Amino acid sequence: MTAREEILGRIRSALSTVDKAEIVVSRDYQQAIEGDLVGLFAERVADYRAAVVRTTADTVPEAIAEQLAHFGIGSVVTPADLPADWVPQAVTDAPPLDVPALDAADGVVTACAVGIAETGTIVLDAGPGQSRRALTLVPDFHLCVVRTDQIVGTVPEAIARLDGTRPLTWISGPSATSDIELNRVEGVHGPRTLVVLIVG
Amino acid sequence: MRVALFITCFNDTLFPATGQAVVRVLERLGHEVVFPPDQTCCGQMHFNTGYQRECVPLVRSFVDTFADADVVVAPSASCVGMVRDFHSRVAEVSGDRGLAAAVAGTVPRVHEFTEFLVDIAGVTDVGAYFPHRVTYHPTCHGLRLLKLGDRPRALLRAVEGIELVDLPGATECCGFGGTFAVKNSDVSVAMGTDKVARVLSTGAEVLTAADNSCLMHVGGLLSRSKSKVRVMHLAEILAGERA
Amino acid sequence: MTGTWLGMPPFPVAAREALGNEQLRTNLRKATGTIRGKRAAVVDERADWEALRVAGKEIKDRTLHNLDTYLEQLERKVTESGGVVHWARDAAEANRIVIDLVRAAEADEVVKVKSMATQEIELNEALAEAGIAAYETDLAELIVQLGHDRPSHILVPAIHRNRSEIRDIFLREMPGVTAALTDDPAELAAAARAHLRRKFLTAKVAVSGANFAVADSGTLVVVESEGNGRMCLTLPEVLISVVGIEKLVPTWQDLEVMLQLLPRSSTGERMNPYTSTWTGVTPGDGPQEFHLILLDNGRTGALADDIGRQALRCIRCSACLNVCPVYERTGGHAYGSVYPGPIGAILTPQLRGVTADEVSPTLPFASTLCGACYEVCPVLIDIPQALVHLRAKAVDAKRGKPSAERTAMRVAQWVFGSSRRLRLAQRLVSIGGRVLGRRGRIGRLPGPFKGWSGARDTATPPRQTFRTWWESR
Repeated sequence: MTAREEILGRIRSALSTVDKAEIVVSRDYQQAIEGDLVGLFAERVADYRAAVVRTTADTVPEAIAEQLAHFGIGSVVTPADLPADWVPQAVTDAPPLDVPALDAADGVVTACAVGIAETGTIVLDAGPGQSRRALTLVPDFHLCVVRTDQIVGTVPEAIARLDGTRPLTWISGPSATSDIELNRVEGVHGPRTLVVLIVG
Repeated sequence: MRVALFITCFNDTLFPATGQAVVRVLERLGHEVVFPPDQTCCGQMHFNTGYQRECVPLVRSFVDTFADADVVVAPSASCVGMVRDFHSRVAEVSGDRGLAAAVAGTVPRVHEFTEFLVDIAGVTDVGAYFPHRVTYHPTCHGLRLLKLGDRPRALLRAVEGIELVDLPGATECCGFGGTFAVKNSDVSVAMGTDKVARVLSTGAEVLTAADNSCLMHVGGLLSRSKSKVRVMHLAEILAGERA
Repeated sequence: MTGTWLGMPPFPVAAREALGNEQLRTNLRKATGTIRGKRAAVVDERADWEALRVAGKEIKDRTLHNLDTYLEQLERKVTESGGVVHWARDAAEANRIVIDLVRAAEADEVVKVKSMATQEIELNEALAEAGIAAYETDLAELIVQLGHDRPSHILVPAIHRNRSEIRDIFLREMPGVTAALTDDPAELAAAARAHLRRKFLTAKVAVSGANFAVADSGTLVVVESEGNGRMCLTLPEVLISVVGIEKLVPTWQDLEVMLQLLPRSSTGERMNPYTSTWTGVTPGDGPQEFHLILLDNGRTGALADDIGRQALRCIRCSACLNVCPVYERTGGHAYGSVYPGPIGAILTPQLRGVTADEVSPTLPFASTLCGACYEVCPVLIDIPQALVHLRAKAVDAKRGKPSAERTAMRVAQWVFGSSRRLRLAQRLVSIGGRVLGRRGRIGRLPGPFKGWSGARDTATPPRQTFRTWWESR
């Protein structure tokens, strides 16, 4: 008997006396929240000690340039489909950059798919302006542009908007660890600096 | 009200003063107390130590003894927790449907002493006098199984002359745990020692609780360390009267 | 379970030794105190917390009650998305599959994301025997690995170490670290970053576990903080994930519950820094070869137990460890398993079998049944109920062998069998107690009473029991 058949067999015999009727999950928890979602999002992102900056749709390139200058970021990589005027000097990920090239870059600038106000989370789904996962991982600085219409209130709202079969990265603040005496310390393997630029 | 007292084997043998105090309080409030003489033990020690089969006759005897009682009151949160939460499980283990039905009929009539006073009798001021500095330890079964909540403290607050002080880290277990105190005596003592330190930090003269088992453990550690702090079941404080 | 945890002594023996370690108790008190406060703060801000817990429980029960169906669905979805699914009956089989896959990739080292399942099967030891080096990349796992130590907590395996001990381990074991390294946590984290960076950027094979596997989409989920998970899940060419069969949730929507329960219960955050999800293989993005190993290793045994089964709901948040007064004093090593604390006390004896070794039958007794664990469990596992149930199993397994405890319990049962016999016994207790007592107290006693009386006095029993008083009224 294969391991597969044996395990499935063990499961079926273990459950022989169990009622197989599908359990209906009660979803009486909070589905959505009202109010100033953008303000809440900004506050919750900042709670993780990420930098939060707000700007308008027509001043995105200037706002990005200002942040790059502020953090001393020289070489920048971007997804190939990021609006070209956002970071004119950037090296784009087309053809795909190899790992040493990503490691040599000071920072990366991307868009995102969804922002979650309640938890201060941004979600990347490898969609427009985001490229593949390695791009936002290897450089030590990540600036992520979030449009206000991408911000939802809650995790259930975000889950409903996202496609589970795409590779997702949920980011809540910069890389951190709580492994030393259970105190949070920012900055381990992921980007140690996260800047969230809210547009709109 | 006619109240059947379930004294519990532990209080019957080792802490009769607690039972006497319960009788005094209930009679002072105008209730009639009866004591079904066939009662013995709720089976908690057997059940919690893994001797579930041995527990079956004890549960059977409990439901027989209190079959005719309108309301049963016991001065032990953990024994009432055993009856309320686990007698049905023992009945299930026994496979005896009659026993399961009898348990289901008995359980709703069984109440812990402070529950009875506050919820059934509807009093918090039982007319007690106890001019001492007291701190209250909410035992785990009172806190988490019975969810006694503020009832014991409300009763204590209404006692004339009492100075009730908060116990730091009150909701943490004292380390008794029934046979845990013997099987894992080192951990039990370590937990109890920390509880003692917190009791001493309050400057209380008396440590009280709704369970003599936990008090016996903490009191035993206090006594060994030559502390003057006394342990007293809450019923004994509520029974206090002006001389 | 194999090598590392073999020969662990019964819990009371290991606990006594742990209690003698002052540094350990100080470290644990500080760490668990910190995390308890953080958890309480983020849980309190959610008025719907109880509703989330109920949903979490129902989702996992739904999974378990139809586990065969959901596993087949997951297998189909992963395969359709370009992944390969393997099944492993036990630790040895899972380890062999991993070793074969690493060899097929012509690699002699792997980077690892923290995973309870691979600790459980002692994959690192098996890989080492096969000549394959495994690099733990989670900071706490790295501390444990470099310290030649054992994990003692589910979330923070090095919780028993404080910052200065960690600095000492790094100084001793981490190449390139100099005496200039201080015990500042940020500096220690930076040292780990530098140490592992090259490994991440060059590793060909990564091994992970998963926090959740979604049956209806074939998606795997890893929840983490440091970015080591992202590194392992993204950069290598081959990814091997070892996942317990109970880790499933039926639908993508179910993640909306789990991703709220887990971070608040484990690290006490609204959301953990990074959550990665992947479904099979995505061309041009991440590992181009993905293997999922579905692990039984005792889980189907637990599944067959109608009360013990609830332990399989566990999402490994470790909230129960952090509130457990026993765990806080003994630490995790005393539990003789990678799963310590209250959840370990019900999971280990079920995965191994309650009579498998010295420590397993003692674990269900390693609790006062105070219920603090049940109060915080995000998926409502009634740990005290399961503990008592497993105590009965441990007792029943030894029926037929003589034991002083069972004799005492039988005698007690006989005594409690009638009020007449109880009366007689009470008289004996009263006389005996007064013989032993001095000035109203019974002090240290020998023999079976040693455990109780070693540190506690007992009031001498009264002359009159309650029932004799009642009759004399």
